[in-house]
Amino acid sequence: MSLPAAADPGVGAALEPPAATGRPRGYGRYALGKVAGSLASLGFVLVVNFFLFRVLPGDPARTLGRGRFTTDEQLDAFNETYGLDQPLPQQFLTFLGNTLTGDLGVSLRYRVPVSELIWDRLWPTLMLVGTATLFAALIGIWLGVHAAWRRGGPLDRISTSASLTVYSMPEWWLGLLLIAALSVGIGPLPGLFPTGGLRSVDADPSSLAGVLDTAWHLTLPVFTLTLAYLADYALVMRSSLLDEIGEDYLTTARAKGLRDKVVRNRHAVPNALLPTTTVVALNFGFVVAGAITVETVFSIPGLGLLATEALEVPDYWVLQGVFLVASAAVIVANLAANLLYGLLDPRVRT
Amino acid sequence: MSAGTEARRLARRRRAQSWRHGWREFRRNRSGMAGAVVLTLFVVMALAAPLIADADGLSVTRATGGVLESPSGAYPLGTDDNGRSVLTLLIWGSRISLLVGLLATVISILIGTTVGLLSGYFGGWPGAVLFRLTEWFLVIPFLPLAIVLATVLGRSLVNIAIVIGVTSWPGTALLIRSQTLSIKQRAYVDRSRALGGGHGHLLARHVLPNVMPLVFANTTLTVAVAILSETTLSFLGLGDPTRVSWGSMLQDAFQVGAITTGSWWFIVPPGLCVVLVVLSFTLVGQALESVLNPRLRERR
Repeated sequence: MSLPAAADPGVGAALEPPAATGRPRGYGRYALGKVAGSLASLGFVLVVNFFLFRVLPGDPARTLGRGRFTTDEQLDAFNETYGLDQPLPQQFLTFLGNTLTGDLGVSLRYRVPVSELIWDRLWPTLMLVGTATLFAALIGIWLGVHAAWRRGGPLDRISTSASLTVYSMPEWWLGLLLIAALSVGIGPLPGLFPTGGLRSVDADPSSLAGVLDTAWHLTLPVFTLTLAYLADYALVMRSSLLDEIGEDYLTTARAKGLRDKVVRNRHAVPNALLPTTTVVALNFGFVVAGAITVETVFSIPGLGLLATEALEVPDYWVLQGVFLVASAAVIVANLAANLLYGLLDPRVRT
Repeated sequence: MSAGTEARRLARRRRAQSWRHGWREFRRNRSGMAGAVVLTLFVVMALAAPLIADADGLSVTRATGGVLESPSGAYPLGTDDNGRSVLTLLIWGSRISLLVGLLATVISILIGTTVGLLSGYFGGWPGAVLFRLTEWFLVIPFLPLAIVLATVLGRSLVNIAIVIGVTSWPGTALLIRSQTLSIKQRAYVDRSRALGGGHGHLLARHVLPNVMPLVFANTTLTVAVAILSETTLSFLGLGDPTRVSWGSMLQDAFQVGAITTGSWWFIVPPGLCVVLVVLSFTLVGQALESVLNPRLRERR
């Protein structure tokens, strides 16, 4: 086990003599650079969020409140709360302070703080996209491994062209077709699944029957998202395993008389798994953003549905909050993927 | 003078030769050719829309059919919730879907190529800043950003193209940047610089012509993404409300509950058109890529 040494970089990196040229940088400096980069990205998200909603559309108070203010007093109170009557730099500081303390404004539609709304809606989304990502990663890796190992074979051809077709398809349209076929039913076929929602009206969410009911409601949306994500993992796994296939160590393993399956599973796959791990970590960041359309189609009360509902009003604070959370999730996942990669493969620390 | 024209004639002949060679190579790619044929059909349909389907069929007030009628002789693909022929909507919708896709692609490619060229060519902090910007746009989730932009800009045909263009350029920029970085190192660029060529001359005469083939192949792939994005944004109600596109048809179908009434003719055809067009653009793009970048040919 050489990993723990690399995992405790702060001490080791500080005590080591200056690195000779061409030698990988210490993990501490690598990690620090990545963290700084992520913080900068987050800062830029805040700047974009601020300017998009405050500078572009005319009088911000009127736009943000769109027709909700009947009296001047209300407008003034609104202006005062968000500092909209102050000069821009001052406003930005107020905005920063509010955001950092978790105050994302109050929803125009629901009349509750946006942060509360987002917190409530986060769980259905996490459940839906988390499950789909897990399935997609497992099936995708399996498909990719077998497609690459028998390159040009029937499985490879089928999975490559299927991936391409799914790539060309809006995933929510696939969801619509599935609802039409399996929930509403075609001809003599009865509807097998609910058309939407997270649970039946009469179900008790804490009982076993309630859990099964939710699972039954989630089957089609999870299936839709799994199909949509699958192609990514299958393609990455396939191409990184193809990179390994010509390597000498595999010839050596075969020359030792190892069976084909052992060569694949013990020698080739562990080395090829690295890029796929990163893709999995990266995609977990898209959990929040990923399901906007699918949630809308299956009316699952998650963040995605929250965003599309906010579009109708339009509920600017909610949109701004969802954008912030979605971006932050991706940036954090990206950082995690980078840190993980740097740990597993010292060559990237350049 | 004669030496100059001779050189130019030679250059022209070489160029024609390489085009012919590329075309031969492309024709050998079966899926690329299939994509090209399907695309030609769709483009012809979009251009000939006024000839094959009366524009009156788009008017809600002058609609002649019943509500969500199933396919019949008079309405080969049935009618929508306003009694309009779905086939007419489909034919006219192809114009908007393709137009927005192309417009967005032009914007995306322009931004991507410019940023990629500049960030690759200029080292130091300007290049670094542009590179960070590219990375940022690459990381930020597309749909939330597009939704926010579209809400702020308002709903119109040009705006939706701008939204898609502004959010989809970083892939192109990274590609162009890495190509620029490698071209910058080549001897003929050094030679030209030694002879006194300025930045403008080097970029326009040496770097740009060499990245153009990549831009070309990338454009086709970008159109595919742009059309897909247009469909999704229109489905969410962010498209131009006065025009019919494949995405807005699907939005309509979803909102009037065409699924629960089992009106498949209103749901299946628009989606199928999107899949066909996007798939074709992708296949053509991949074929072009393998013609222009022989190293890729191995892999597919």
